Amino acid sequence: MSALESANKIKAKFGDLISEPQEFRGEISIQVSDAERIFDICSFAKKQLGFDYLVDISSVDNYGEDPRWTVIYHLRGVASGRELRLKTDVSEEKSELPSVLPVWRTANWHEREIYDMMGIRFSGHPDLRRILMWEGYSYFPLRKDFPLAGKPTDLPGVAFTNPAPLEGGPFVTIPSSGDATGREPRVRTPEE
Amino acid sequence: MAQVQDIEISDSAARAAQATEELQEVQGEKMVLNMGPSHPATHGVLRIVLELDGEVITKADPDVGYLHRGDEKIAENMTYTQFIPYTDRLDYLAPLANNVAYALAVEKLLGIHDKLPPRCQYIRVMVAELARISAHLLGLGAFAMDTGAITVFLLTFTEREKIYNLAEAASGARLTTSYTRIGGVMRDIPPTWCDQVRQFLKEFAGALAEAETLLTRNRIWVDRLRDLGVVSKEMAVDYGLSGPNLRGSGVEFDLRKNQPYLCYKYLDFDIAIGSTGDCYDRYLVRMEEMRQSMRILEQCVNKIPGGSENKTNEPVCIQDGKITLPSKQKVMSSMEELIHQFMLVTEGVNCPPGEIYFGHENPKGELGFYINSKGGGTPYRLKIRAPSFINLSILGELLPGCMVSDVPVVLGSLDFVMGESDR
Repeated sequence: MSALESANKIKAKFGDLISEPQEFRGEISIQVSDAERIFDICSFAKKQLGFDYLVDISSVDNYGEDPRWTVIYHLRGVASGRELRLKTDVSEEKSELPSVLPVWRTANWHEREIYDMMGIRFSGHPDLRRILMWEGYSYFPLRKDFPLAGKPTDLPGVAFTNPAPLEGGPFVTIPSSGDATGREPRVRTPEE
Repeated sequence: MAQVQDIEISDSAARAAQATEELQEVQGEKMVLNMGPSHPATHGVLRIVLELDGEVITKADPDVGYLHRGDEKIAENMTYTQFIPYTDRLDYLAPLANNVAYALAVEKLLGIHDKLPPRCQYIRVMVAELARISAHLLGLGAFAMDTGAITVFLLTFTEREKIYNLAEAASGARLTTSYTRIGGVMRDIPPTWCDQVRQFLKEFAGALAEAETLLTRNRIWVDRLRDLGVVSKEMAVDYGLSGPNLRGSGVEFDLRKNQPYLCYKYLDFDIAIGSTGDCYDRYLVRMEEMRQSMRILEQCVNKIPGGSENKTNEPVCIQDGKITLPSKQKVMSSMEELIHQFMLVTEGVNCPPGEIYFGHENPKGELGFYINSKGGGTPYRLKIRAPSFINLSILGELLPGCMVSDVPVVLGSLDFVMGESDR
């Protein structure tokens, strides 16, 4: 059974919830229209189709679009070698979707990381704490409206919280036809 | 008037039994011990909060993030080529393997990952395998030292030094190599490089055998490693372990075999797997992987297209002015090449919109890059699947039940790097 057949099986089971499988560079992706059902789809994929290995969960901030968040699951069957990508959109107001921790225990730290970096919550996760940033940090640094240079936080002495001395970095380039000063600003604000 | 009192003296076996009984009744308080973030056995800045009952661990909570640098955020703000030096600093024990992994991911997005010139593929395989040996050597040396066998550390570091020399000869840098480019490598290997690799392999075979005589059948080493930190097959898959930690549990999965990239399908090598999934199995798997890497290297130095001196002028980069930089000579003499060079340097490699995931078999496990592109020279989102991060997530389940003195052994056998885990 190929990855495409697996994707079609998921589509046959869940119907309109699942988009037509997309192929790009030999990888099959399907879009799940209702994030609330992601748990059911993942547990079906694991139990019925043999996707026993969760490679990764990623998240994308589609800043300025609605819905704002995309959460991406990379599934793999270790024995079969098949791979499948599940994607689902979550709106900014909701910013919450079910945890897949009961399906794959590796989801624990992945979901904590997404919560830490993007601020998307996973309902049913037993231990949704920050993982890379410290407890009490008030921002979600991978959001597109968080500046590269960082923001001062109100925890002086706990960590180095001033913007980095390079103020955005000398090698930070925006591809454009503008002049060098425009392409490589000393500080970049999110509006740019 | 003397008073007579009967006293009962039980025999020694009964006394011992009674003492044990009394001991078991003592309700000790649980102690919380903070191990790390700056502790020699945590190999960097890992902090583990241990809850102890006497010397037995009842709960362990690993705390990562002390080395977080925001690499994924940084990647969104620069061109694909500019991010290559940052990949050196992920798993800083095997920067060459990270370079290869990242370049292949971007090439997959461009759709050219299977069209690389053969010489480039062989060079990449060779540097990646050297990086694997180098990373396993450090892991082994530090592992043995934490367990009390310092001699092995000296042996492995002598060999690592030779690999650093090879990396320096190829890329010009020992640690921060940045050797690959999108669509090729920075420069061809020097003419004597293959002979240097042959020489290294000859010496390394002896050193590896010596390290093995010091450890593999060493009573103390075996007693400390065996049946400790057992990860079952199901648990390893469920926790998403990868690399030697997954194979140590008996799961036969190696991206070099299961999803062959570069020229691995033309090379002959075996995958080592363990049977019980304890620390000793993970150690044995790494030892065997080093031997298999030697096999791969031996085949590569003999089969590399163009030979070591490249007399036939095989290219090491894709010949496409929109992807790789033209030679200096051409930039100076041809208008078209000058424009290509200018566009590549200022705007970066123009990638199509789309999303890809590429996983590379790194020494520590599967280093994956998920790239979400909206077109242009910078990624919209770049997610790094760091094997060390995921391998560490099993600690909370693995450590309870162990003694405190077992912690360095379990950590050493998982072989992680915090630079990669925290990104």
